[in-house]
Amino acid sequence: MPEKWTGKLEKVDDYRWRIPKSYKSGMRVDGLIYASEAMLDDIRQDRAAEQVANVAFLPGIIGYSLAMPDIHWGYGFPIGGVAAMRVSDGVISPGGVGFDINCGVRMLRTNLLEAEIHPKIKQLMDALYKNVPSGLGSEGKIRLRHGEIDQVLVKGARWAVEKGFGHREELETTEEHGEMAGADPSKVSGRAKERGVPQLGTLGSGNHFLEVAVVDQIYEKDTAKTMGIDQIGQVMLLVHCGSRGLGYQVADDYISVMVNFIKEHNIQLPDRQLAYAPLNSPQGQAYLAAMKCAANYAWANRQCITHWVRESFCQVFGKSEKEAGLELIYDVCHNIAKIEEHDLNGRKANLCVHRKGATRAFPAGHPDVPAKYARIGQPVFIPGDMGRLSYVLVGTEQAMKESFGSTCHGAGRVKSRAAAKRALTGQEVLKELESKGITIKTGNLKDLAEEASEAYKDITSVVNVAHNAGISRIVARTKPIGVVKG
Amino acid sequence: MGLVAYGKSLAEAFANAAYGLFSLIVEPNKVKEKESRKVTVQAQDAESLLFNWINELIYIFEVERLLFKSFDITEFTGQSLEATCWGEKYDPSRHQLKTGVKSATYHMLKVDGEKNRVQVIFDV
Repeated sequence: MPEKWTGKLEKVDDYRWRIPKSYKSGMRVDGLIYASEAMLDDIRQDRAAEQVANVAFLPGIIGYSLAMPDIHWGYGFPIGGVAAMRVSDGVISPGGVGFDINCGVRMLRTNLLEAEIHPKIKQLMDALYKNVPSGLGSEGKIRLRHGEIDQVLVKGARWAVEKGFGHREELETTEEHGEMAGADPSKVSGRAKERGVPQLGTLGSGNHFLEVAVVDQIYEKDTAKTMGIDQIGQVMLLVHCGSRGLGYQVADDYISVMVNFIKEHNIQLPDRQLAYAPLNSPQGQAYLAAMKCAANYAWANRQCITHWVRESFCQVFGKSEKEAGLELIYDVCHNIAKIEEHDLNGRKANLCVHRKGATRAFPAGHPDVPAKYARIGQPVFIPGDMGRLSYVLVGTEQAMKESFGSTCHGAGRVKSRAAAKRALTGQEVLKELESKGITIKTGNLKDLAEEASEAYKDITSVVNVAHNAGISRIVARTKPIGVVKG
Repeated sequence: MGLVAYGKSLAEAFANAAYGLFSLIVEPNKVKEKESRKVTVQAQDAESLLFNWINELIYIFEVERLLFKSFDITEFTGQSLEATCWGEKYDPSRHQLKTGVKSATYHMLKVDGEKNRVQVIFDV
């Protein structure tokens, strides 16, 4: 067990706690954790807060080393961490993005109500499980021509749409249009591509999932309506996955590059996993270009999966796409670094915003928010754990002012995967979920325990902090009725 | 999730760490030593060597679908390592995979040449 963290936390207000830079010599800025007083005990259980302090060591960091309310212990950087660096003299760190580059969530709406799909929920889950490859060791059904992977890495979701997986309009409602500019496949190793080719169009394992959910609360009627969330009982579909082995390999390759950089320049860091290179160095630029490729791969992946989800849904209910009203509300990523323009003391500045287990939450009117949502702000999806609720939020001006347009990303673990497995068996978790009316499909019952509700913080308390602090607003809530766990 | 591995020598601790890695992925007694594969890794120091060694094995498993259970380290300098690894191809009918290990991390990674002890945390 990790030792408890007993460092200094100063109360700023009910939802903000500061780690002053005097806490540790080498911190360039204060740390700031979004949390309620009730959450502090959990946060102090491990070393996540120390990691917030460690991130404050990185050159060029601006404002605060931030942690969202779903903060938990990561590798080097905390999960739920946000750090913005000046492009001019700051650094980029692969550890600040994470191994699963562009792990993210998308939500699709439907016209159907729970009562209509209930009699066929088992059939639907079987079809989803069959049509979307998932689980450990699974390979996809997409066959790429020699060298075609480079097209996937450059075009992202557009590659998938051009291949017939989904519609052009869906690119409009995907963060970055599912295609980050500046992706350079020559910066991605042959190994990463080798891992990526057979895995395109697969969900993966761990906490990745497909979910059939039902709207159970609407907090802002008009905002929800703009997203196509019309009524309680309406069926929604969620897809949560990332860049698979390709992303992990890009992370590995560039962590090694950055560790060598640190060594060559004799730079001392509290944790090697924080290794970095200046944004304006060849190493920094190469990582950024490779990371964008991995991000694009992840968007292509989610786009292909969306297509099979849609096909499965239409097939089971004997409806056309139009009748079923299947539309992508939005797609957000929560492991990424991006060059963005932010206000810095009244001046515009280009910053490299690292979001590791944090979601972009841009406000109404921001140029990067699709026209469809210009009035309400960018949709944000915060999936809970398997047995619990998920939330739909929107970005706010306040997020732009203080968290570099960022909010939380999920429930946040309180128990390690191993501890969760010791506490409950997969069979017990399955039974409990079934008793709540949730149908589960998984190829790995043993690992189901890792994702048990008990392993996570209460999602409602997490989003309430984000809402009350003003860095996003709660719009609607969904509850799961069926899950394919990867 | 991570592990601490010991050995009579640092090379043996590296071999045991590899065994530990695969014991997280699959039940070791289900893996037969049917084929071997030579693995060579290099790095600037012992810590990076451990990181590269583990990630090399994860890469081989993912791309070639080889599950290993024994590791004969034939050359070890602290900056380079040569090993013959024994195992077999992943067979879904006999091998139930337990944990998807994405990568080794540098977080709390330790190599102690005096105690012949290594420590590594995985991203899973």
